[in-house]
Amino acid sequence: MGACRLGAPMEYHGRAASSSSSSAGEPAPEGPEGRRREPLRRRASSASEPAAGASAEGVRRNRPGSYSGPTSVSRQRAESVRKKRPLFPWFGLDIGGTLVKLVYFEPKDITAEEEEEEVESLKSIRKYLTSNVAYGSTGIRDVHLELKDLTLCGRKGNLHFIRFPTHDMPAFIQMGRDKNFSSLHTVFCATGGGAYKFEQDFLTIGDLQLLKCDELDCLIKGILYIDSVGFNGRSPCYYFENPADSEKCQKLPFDLKNPYPLLLVNIGSGVSILAVYSKDNYKRVTGTSLGGGTFFGLCCLLTGCTTFEEALEMASRGDSTKVDKLVRDIYGGDYERFGLPGWAVASSFGNMMSKEKREAVSKEDLARATLITITNNIGSIARMCALNENINQVVFVGNFLRINTIAMRLLAYALDYWSKGQLKALFSEHEGYFGAVGALLELLKIP
Amino acid sequence: MAECGASGSGSSGDSLDKSITLPPDEIFRNLENAKRFAIDIGGSLTKLAYYSTVQHKVAKVRSFDHPGKDTEQDHEPPYEISVQEEITARLHFIKFENTYIEACLDFIKDHLVNTETKVIQATGGGAYKFKDLIEEKLQLKVDKEDVMTCLIKGCNFVLKNIPHEAFMYQKDADPEFRFQTNHPNIFPYLLVNIGSGVSIVKVETEDEFEWIGGSSIGGGTFWGLGALLTKTKKFDELLHLASKGQHTNVDMLVQDIYGGACQTLGLSGTLIASSFGKSATADREFSKEDMAKSLLHMISNDIGQLACLYAKLHHLDRIYFGGFFIRGHPVTMRTITYSINFFSKGEVQALFLRHEGYLGAIGAFLKGAEQDNPNQYSWGENYAGSSGLMSSSPELCPAQRARSGTFDLLEMDRLARPLVDLPLLLDPSSYVPDTVDLTEDPMARKYWLSCFEEALDGVVKRAVASQPDSIDAAERAEKFRQKYWNKLQTLRHQPFAYGTLTVRSLLDTREHCLNEFNFPDPYSKVKQKENGVALKCFQQVVRSLDALGWEERQLALVEGLLAGNVFDWGAKAVSDVLESDPQFGFEEAKRKLQERPWLVDSYNDWLQRLKGPPHKCALIFADNSGVDIILGVFPFVRELLFRGTEVILACNSGPALNDVTYSESLIVAERIAAMDPIIHSALGEERLLLVQTGSSSPCLDLSRLDKGLAALVRERGADLVVIEGMGRAVHTNYHATLRCESLKLAVIKNSWLADRLGGQLFSVIFKYEVPTE
Repeated sequence: MGACRLGAPMEYHGRAASSSSSSAGEPAPEGPEGRRREPLRRRASSASEPAAGASAEGVRRNRPGSYSGPTSVSRQRAESVRKKRPLFPWFGLDIGGTLVKLVYFEPKDITAEEEEEEVESLKSIRKYLTSNVAYGSTGIRDVHLELKDLTLCGRKGNLHFIRFPTHDMPAFIQMGRDKNFSSLHTVFCATGGGAYKFEQDFLTIGDLQLLKCDELDCLIKGILYIDSVGFNGRSPCYYFENPADSEKCQKLPFDLKNPYPLLLVNIGSGVSILAVYSKDNYKRVTGTSLGGGTFFGLCCLLTGCTTFEEALEMASRGDSTKVDKLVRDIYGGDYERFGLPGWAVASSFGNMMSKEKREAVSKEDLARATLITITNNIGSIARMCALNENINQVVFVGNFLRINTIAMRLLAYALDYWSKGQLKALFSEHEGYFGAVGALLELLKIP
Repeated sequence: MAECGASGSGSSGDSLDKSITLPPDEIFRNLENAKRFAIDIGGSLTKLAYYSTVQHKVAKVRSFDHPGKDTEQDHEPPYEISVQEEITARLHFIKFENTYIEACLDFIKDHLVNTETKVIQATGGGAYKFKDLIEEKLQLKVDKEDVMTCLIKGCNFVLKNIPHEAFMYQKDADPEFRFQTNHPNIFPYLLVNIGSGVSIVKVETEDEFEWIGGSSIGGGTFWGLGALLTKTKKFDELLHLASKGQHTNVDMLVQDIYGGACQTLGLSGTLIASSFGKSATADREFSKEDMAKSLLHMISNDIGQLACLYAKLHHLDRIYFGGFFIRGHPVTMRTITYSINFFSKGEVQALFLRHEGYLGAIGAFLKGAEQDNPNQYSWGENYAGSSGLMSSSPELCPAQRARSGTFDLLEMDRLARPLVDLPLLLDPSSYVPDTVDLTEDPMARKYWLSCFEEALDGVVKRAVASQPDSIDAAERAEKFRQKYWNKLQTLRHQPFAYGTLTVRSLLDTREHCLNEFNFPDPYSKVKQKENGVALKCFQQVVRSLDALGWEERQLALVEGLLAGNVFDWGAKAVSDVLESDPQFGFEEAKRKLQERPWLVDSYNDWLQRLKGPPHKCALIFADNSGVDIILGVFPFVRELLFRGTEVILACNSGPALNDVTYSESLIVAERIAAMDPIIHSALGEERLLLVQTGSSSPCLDLSRLDKGLAALVRERGADLVVIEGMGRAVHTNYHATLRCESLKLAVIKNSWLADRLGGQLFSVIFKYEVPTE
């Protein structure tokens, strides 16, 4: 996936844009664009009317304090570029069932002139986001994922990756209100189901217009984009060698030079599986409700844990073979008739049918078994989809895989083992953020 | 992946009294002749199989040694009837809870006499556990058989031999079961066995199958995880909890993520986005019911999804589900069906099996009986001795009935002849013999059940009368009455118990029950007498027909066929008349017939056809003895022969009501040949061939016919099929489509049916059909 495809035109626009510092109190081009997407939103008619009215009003309003720069000869040229480039701040938002993923582009090429003109609220956002690594009690910036010196739409800067639980969404919207986001006339490009769910709240509480973007479009755009720009000179994509062997297991970079066709397995709360044939040609193959939310939900019920990290930590110390019934538990060894190895799980939680065994397992064992169950199942479904679609590289993304080496190695191993080496499991450093990146790209009109 | 788990038939862990008295005669039947045992021991249910022989009385007919002499005497019967003992093979399958295993083994040991059996085939997860007990109790060596091989052998066997074995489960439909007609070629299919894990097996031929995949998320996951989450120990209780819960309290739905608007992805808002997604919180309690329901959905959906993915990869559109997770539980059949419909977009059928619980035992048995070649025979479900789907047999004592499914029985009779499709069926895979599905038609069901109830007294009387020399006839007849009455009551409540309920199945069940109590042929004497009377009239009837002009004769022949068909002891309206007026004659019957135009009347087309070239060969399915066969069918046959058409005359192999049997037809033909040169020469030149249908039913299933008949039809190139009688041409085959011309004729001798068809009692059906190119 050549950098030139996305990178080259951007560089061009970038140079043109850097000379521009002008602005005008015009409606943002995104306004009407946003409304053109209206049919996508299907609200009850009673709700849709005020929503539509409010959005029209929002577009028409003046924008005090935005770059009200001097006119110049370069204005015409600048204008054309500017039209393609929205005002700061640049956010991409992906509101999932469990987590909100936020990417923020921090411009590092701000001129003194710009700095001077930058309104206070914009400055405060920038400072707040870039000088902290945690926000409130639940927001976290994944510093290790930051993309540095990125050129995006003609501007140079760093891309920050922030996440917080979806249940804190009201607080986030409240913060937007408190920080007076609406005065910036920025447009929030948002994807994920929450873009629909919270749209009204953004509007009524935060006075903010959301531009809802298609979830799957964003996901794919995001992946292709990150792959094209790389990860600060490293490969953003990797795989595991000898995943089953804790001694020899190695995480190695993978060059996704021939990305297509690609099976994309996005493991969030639930799982979506996409077959991607080219940048614009993809389809949702299937999905399963047994995803990250299931792992964490079951762990909460079974172990009383309260965080994903805690669940994973418990799992890392547990032994699932006490919980699961293995092939060897039934057949004493391999079931040769079917070529089933003795170590394979015959029945997840199968040992828990017995009262004695239920009493003998630890919470850690249960957490581990839950993790193994969910992961193996996703691996199975992914493998079957890959076979049915005749695709042999499978990229697993989504926040279920965050700090989840056990799951990744298991997926890598299961795919390789059951496909007899035909399928390759690939992973990506920015696991859960692709939707948000895609939403940002939507904002910037980057194809 | 393999079934090692258990069926949770409720009471397994209860403190059941192990010394409970078994009603042995009704459960371990025919044990004294039993040989070849097989046992399938699951987690809580044991399935025992054995092969036994049943001694039956059969009525045999035989010509007198000097027929010429006897016929001259008016009161002598045309042939003699002797009651003989016949031995037939039967497979017995009994399902009971593991709790009873020791008591059952003791019982078997005590009743097993002089068997040469040395080994018992064993399969299932419990086979190992109970090995010593079995060996000690029965003194038989336990041979362990592969679970999956047994399962598939069993599955092939029931799919081939039991009509309406497979069904689709429809949640809110009435009935919830939609039975499938047996596909002539059952292969290839996908079998998904949901035991503690899930095995997905592609079955390609009788002996070839491949484990193509599996999943560890199965019944054991539901049970194990369910027990952890709800502190409920038993599988059935978990299912019960699930049936009361609301999964939406635990699962994260698409609408929970999207808010109200969720149509954008083309996904319904009520779809589950993340199973247990809402339980990822420490500050809420979840009800047991809700968690169980969520778990059930999660597991069923997952299995359905994987099954669909495998079906797609292997281009299969039928999936049979089995294993203890399914085993007749409406809750799981419902969720699995939903899942398959959802993930395959309706392209794949989820099918369940009536005898799913027996597959392992059947398979293990077949493994052990390979030297007897059980697969070369056709087998039939014996309705008299089988419990039926999800019914606890009402014959058992009430205390046992209370424990649902404590003892469940299946009996399969080995049929004397292998059965195949009639080669003339247009599309064997879509052929449905029965005209009305009583499971789907409550009105008709009510009528026919009552009709059979009302007729029961008469049948009992007839049965007793047929064995005047027997001391216990009355007693046996009373037992028959009880048995059949109970079957009818079962069917009132569970019309689906034996597959699709039809008039045919009601008739067949009655025949099975009569046989059960040694009334093999209650009408043998009636038939003998009627045949004698009719034979005496034959020449006169033929003479008067021959005197007619060609066109008149054709109509008279058809009317004769129809008039003969009035003589039907199976029809209550007629049996009443015959009972009160034994002299009810042929001519009188003709007068009873409806005037033309008949209710269904394509006689003119038939007549036109007769003016054309003769048919090459006609296959005629005969109905009643006496006037029907002798004065109706034979003159018609004679005319066909005269035209140059060969005739295959097919009669039942075994007795049913007053239907003419193959052996009777041989005698009748012989006697007619002695009087009639046309019949005589045709028999001699094999232009008239008498064959047996392989059936003992008053109805006709063209997909289960004697192999020899089928071969002959092919060999002679039959191009006309004549089906006569209400049972064969109206209750069954009325809508059957053939590849050649066909004639379906009957007299409606049931006022309710006549009314339904828009006619009156003794309305005539004359349906001549020519295949459309």
